Amino acid sequence: MIAAQQPVQRPADARLLVIDRHGAITHAPRSTLADFLEPGDLVVANDAGTLPASLHGVHLASGAPIEVRLAGRASFAHEDLRFAAIVFGAGDWRTRTEDRPLPPPFANGDRLALGPLVASVHGTLGHPRLVALKFEGPADRVWAGIAQHGRPIQYAYLDRPLALWDVWTPIAALPVAFEPPSAGFALDWKILRTMRERGAEFATITLAAGISSTGDPALDARLPFDEPYRIPAATAAAILRTRTSGGRVVAVGTTVVRALEHSGGRSGDGVADQRIGPDTRLSIVDAILSGTHAPEESHYQMLRAFHGDDVLAQAEAALEASSYRTHEFGDSVLIFSRPH
Amino acid sequence: MNDANVADMTDLRVAVTGGTSGLGLALVRELSRRGARVAFVARDRERVERVAREHPPAHGIVGDIARKEGIYPIAVQIGTALGGLDVLVNNASSLGPTPLALLGDTECEDFALALETNVLGPFRLTKALLGALTASAREGRGAVVLNVSSDAAINAYAQWGAYGASKAALRHMSAIWGEELAAEGVRFLSLDPGDMDTPLHALAVPDADPATLKRPETAAQELADAIAAALEREHA
Repeated sequence: MIAAQQPVQRPADARLLVIDRHGAITHAPRSTLADFLEPGDLVVANDAGTLPASLHGVHLASGAPIEVRLAGRASFAHEDLRFAAIVFGAGDWRTRTEDRPLPPPFANGDRLALGPLVASVHGTLGHPRLVALKFEGPADRVWAGIAQHGRPIQYAYLDRPLALWDVWTPIAALPVAFEPPSAGFALDWKILRTMRERGAEFATITLAAGISSTGDPALDARLPFDEPYRIPAATAAAILRTRTSGGRVVAVGTTVVRALEHSGGRSGDGVADQRIGPDTRLSIVDAILSGTHAPEESHYQMLRAFHGDDVLAQAEAALEASSYRTHEFGDSVLIFSRPH
Repeated sequence: MNDANVADMTDLRVAVTGGTSGLGLALVRELSRRGARVAFVARDRERVERVAREHPPAHGIVGDIARKEGIYPIAVQIGTALGGLDVLVNNASSLGPTPLALLGDTECEDFALALETNVLGPFRLTKALLGALTASAREGRGAVVLNVSSDAAINAYAQWGAYGASKAALRHMSAIWGEELAAEGVRFLSLDPGDMDTPLHALAVPDADPATLKRPETAAQELADAIAAALEREHA
């Protein structure tokens, strides 16, 4: 596969590799996504908007320049200003994260000046790059500071820095994600209309998608972090209706699989803390629309819940042979789970 | 606080642009009085902070909807402050040239500012908040976008070229949004509040007799009623 280097969410030539429930592979233009749905199917997407979670500033005790990447939060509450964060030393997104220097050592109570914001360190989390921090001041002022000073988390493989409009999906609603739920880049209002015309329903959940990779193997092994989510009552009702009538639940992205399987399809707030892999028996989700993922990526593990390694290996070979584009702005796969 | 004869808006999540003066300020007050949770946007930090202080728990957001770069920071703050959005009121307006000018005497830059503020700003902000509005509609809360219009959107008044043309575009855009998003459950209103005793009107017609003008408080009540009625219809 090749890296998609331009931040275009829906290039006209985007492609879709489809694996049906029996493991048969076909190729299609991604714009024909709705053709793979049947009346009675339910498409569920993550409507989290993406925070400008990258904040440059200074570690006040040492004067060292740092980049803080907000990476986790326990809730969606406006007043909840505590975050888990990954911190890099000097430099910016043009350097691969693998090559970024460590930040200075942190001690509890250290203060970080991040543009108009001040945050204090409330604990180190077992890795020199990982800290718990809390912003100081009234919530409205803190969110204004994040909104104005923050930038979206950037990717070294792209040819230009991302703006927020590059990373908000068309359906983005509550700004709680730290990186975009990028499987949703495939959706636009026209596709949603086409899905409805085919008799498929559309619903959303919100999950605060965390950081997808840090470039540090020890940290990446801890991903994904716990992620708060919310299942609206209308979505839970649609899932029940779909399952009762024999329709299929199609999850747009790994975050939706995580939230729906964690909640059992019930409405309400929760914190997804599970990992989904080859041993997971999916109880809600029948299919996943996802970006293309290589076997070494954490997201790939989730795909192993949908099909055996033999089928996934064939798909991987097909993606390679046809030069599919990978990463956030790449092509997509649609995988219907094998029969349980 | 709520009067018996006005629609209860408890927990309704509303964003208002241009919320520190004139009709926008009156809307912040009226919607807050009816129990809505309000976030308002305006350019001047001092005035935003003052209005926020005077109307707790309304959330004040400093931003300029006429600037493309300002839209997503505003959307992030609306989303985090209200936890979602049921109603967007695009109220902030620019007259174009002041004093008003014949089109032949209108600087291109003044016309462009009227379009940026009165058409592109509402377009961009609506687009950025469409996910939140449609989520609200799917959850059965209803979703309404109110674009504040003017009789100058329909009638050709000499010297109101930049304003009138931009408001006509806004009015037509509202109608098309409404057509396209009816199936998603988002209703679009384009309403003319009438000639009001506001700073904008004073800028346009400096010698108008305030006694002949509508009070912005009256217009705000009418618009709040219209929003409530649109939400009712959506539920029905």
